[in-house]
Amino acid sequence: MNPNNRNGLSRLFYNPTARSLFFQALILGLLLYFVMTIVGNVMTNLHQRGISTGFGFLSQPAGFGISQTLIEYNETFSFGRTFFVGLLNTLLVSFLGVIAATFLGVIIGISRISPNWMLRKISMVYVEILRNIPLLLQIFFWYYVVLQTLPRPRDSLSFGESIFINIRGVFLPKPVPDAGFSFYVALLVASVVAVVALTIWAKRRMRDTGQQFPVFWTSIAILLGTAVIGFFITGRPMVLDYPELRGLNFRGGITILPELIALWFALTIYTSTYIGEIVRSGIESVSHGQTEACRALGINEGQRMKLVILPQAMRVMIPPMTSQYLNLTKNSSLATAIGYPDLVSVFAGTTLNQTGQAIEIISMTMMVYLTISILVSMFMNWFNRRVALVER
Amino acid sequence: MSEFIPKPARPAPATEIGVIGWARKNLFSSIPNAAITLLTVYVLWSVLVPFLSWAFVNADWVGSTRADCTSGGACWVFISVRFNLFMYGFYPEDSYWRPNLTFILLIGFLIWLSIPRIPFKKIGAILALTVYPVLAYVLLYGGFGLEVIPTHRWGGLMLTLVLALIGIVVAIPIGVILALGRRSEMPVVRMVCVIFIEFWRGVPLITILFMASVMLPLFFVGGTDADKLMRALIGIVMFQSAYMAEVVRGGLQALSKGQFEGADALGLSYWQKMFLVVLPQAMKIMIPGIVNTLISLFKDTSLIVIIGLLDILGMVGQALADPAWLGYPAEGYLFVAFTFWIFCFSMSRYSIYLENKLNTGHKR
Repeated sequence: MNPNNRNGLSRLFYNPTARSLFFQALILGLLLYFVMTIVGNVMTNLHQRGISTGFGFLSQPAGFGISQTLIEYNETFSFGRTFFVGLLNTLLVSFLGVIAATFLGVIIGISRISPNWMLRKISMVYVEILRNIPLLLQIFFWYYVVLQTLPRPRDSLSFGESIFINIRGVFLPKPVPDAGFSFYVALLVASVVAVVALTIWAKRRMRDTGQQFPVFWTSIAILLGTAVIGFFITGRPMVLDYPELRGLNFRGGITILPELIALWFALTIYTSTYIGEIVRSGIESVSHGQTEACRALGINEGQRMKLVILPQAMRVMIPPMTSQYLNLTKNSSLATAIGYPDLVSVFAGTTLNQTGQAIEIISMTMMVYLTISILVSMFMNWFNRRVALVER
Repeated sequence: MSEFIPKPARPAPATEIGVIGWARKNLFSSIPNAAITLLTVYVLWSVLVPFLSWAFVNADWVGSTRADCTSGGACWVFISVRFNLFMYGFYPEDSYWRPNLTFILLIGFLIWLSIPRIPFKKIGAILALTVYPVLAYVLLYGGFGLEVIPTHRWGGLMLTLVLALIGIVVAIPIGVILALGRRSEMPVVRMVCVIFIEFWRGVPLITILFMASVMLPLFFVGGTDADKLMRALIGIVMFQSAYMAEVVRGGLQALSKGQFEGADALGLSYWQKMFLVVLPQAMKIMIPGIVNTLISLFKDTSLIVIIGLLDILGMVGQALADPAWLGYPAEGYLFVAFTFWIFCFSMSRYSIYLENKLNTGHKR
């Protein structure tokens, strides 16, 4: 067809810019209509049920207790406070899980490429079994099967009469600050600053002169030394509050809930299988030529891993690793199934049941996880740019 | 002059070949290695022997009440007595043939489609995607002369499979559209798709299920009594299509730019370009990713317990609360774990097999 024969309308129809504009306007319009309909429906439905909208409920008193609170909380605090209590509990179990899963995962990953056949096969079986069983089931298994075999409080397993383990959880002595505590904290902060300074100095010296400095062991020595010596110099600024068996349960000290333990173990073990695979493929992704080059240069085994293989493997490992950490944080919401008071359980569970403010509460909960996701992926993008190979 | 006769090569020393040689090389190559071997063997022994004797040697297999569990080992009677409940939930017993037939048909289609040697794949795929879903719906739910069985009576492994399959089948087309939208040149379309994908990927499935069960009814006019299973399915499909979109995007990105440009140069329209050139090639790269998504969806379906639907895990949990059978959580959960494991493990093996088969040497 000769383009000159087209009239104005069909020319517009075949014009890519006009078509794309029209299509986008259409989509935007449909979306707007969809959202408006939903909002309208929600409003009518809420009105019919006599539920008022808004975030006013956050300042009302909550009236229920929470079994684990990292910040001060009791029944008289507000629903807003329950949000933060839940959030902190989520962050606590995620933090513990990330640390433990990384540790275990690295061990599994290295075992999978170990020269020892036995270790290789066992870690493979570990990964293949635990990765293919739903996490929720693993949480149930730890909580309802393994932890139920622990003794009752009266017959607790006791370690040095200060740590007790029973079916109600783990009871640890709690350090209580005494006179001179702030001075001790200042001393600890100073030691951390010293370690950071040492790391920077050692890096600069290595860049300038090529000489290495045992930063890791020196740092450990500085930190531990300050912690121990400082403790006595400042006149023992902490006393321990030991848990005691009173009545049916222990009082005092720190209580680690069995729910936390079950959740922590399950999250750690489940995620460690994924991290193990990431570590293995990361190390395997570094070409064998690197190893051979190291041998040719006379670099010893330990240095080879630390200075040549791992820095290159890291580049491959960090992005999937971060998404595993993110998954772990999101999976920690399964806490609600066994009653660990995390954000979903406390806020989207109990608080929702008490107030009925479904829209506000679910949106707030989702926003928390979204914010965490976005922060982590921003970090990941930054890190990726930093470690990306500069290709010419 | 005597002829040079080479002596036959001497056999390798006994310590270098056979079982001994293998063990020396793989198990005892150094002192730390030997220590690790002995330690792992010890740990394995001390874990496996009690477990095996509990699970098999001392276990009770036959009977009908807990009084038949006397030997002190695992009480598998608990499972066998309630096996039908774990498989079908509260589905009426005289209609068990309906889910059975549905899944036999499904397995037939899967065999047809997944074994390369069987011909007429295209017909199989079309039947599986058009006729089969209708048939399965009628068989499972009822209608056309079959008794209607409301979804709240569905449960057990059947429900798990229904959720996972519907989730994946519906999520694939939505995922393809989202992925195409994410790579679109129209900024509005791109923005909408990116926000949709990142939103569902950023929140845990639990909160989505909560949302589906408490918020979704508010979205519809008077739709407060929408089917519980339907609501859960909507949540799962939303969640799954966002993940599927990322799998598809991975497949699209792996294609070389020349394919897109070639299609443009031939004057193909956008949809022709996508459906005739790009997607058929990307599909090959995507299949392992799709299977992996299916595995994680299959595991994630267990979360519906939390909003009160009784899949296999929920049925076992309910059975464990029965006063007549208190005290067998280990048997119950191991049974569920084993069931899930069989499905997930075979799917992951199939995915690895596909990856190897489809690797046409274009891998960079």
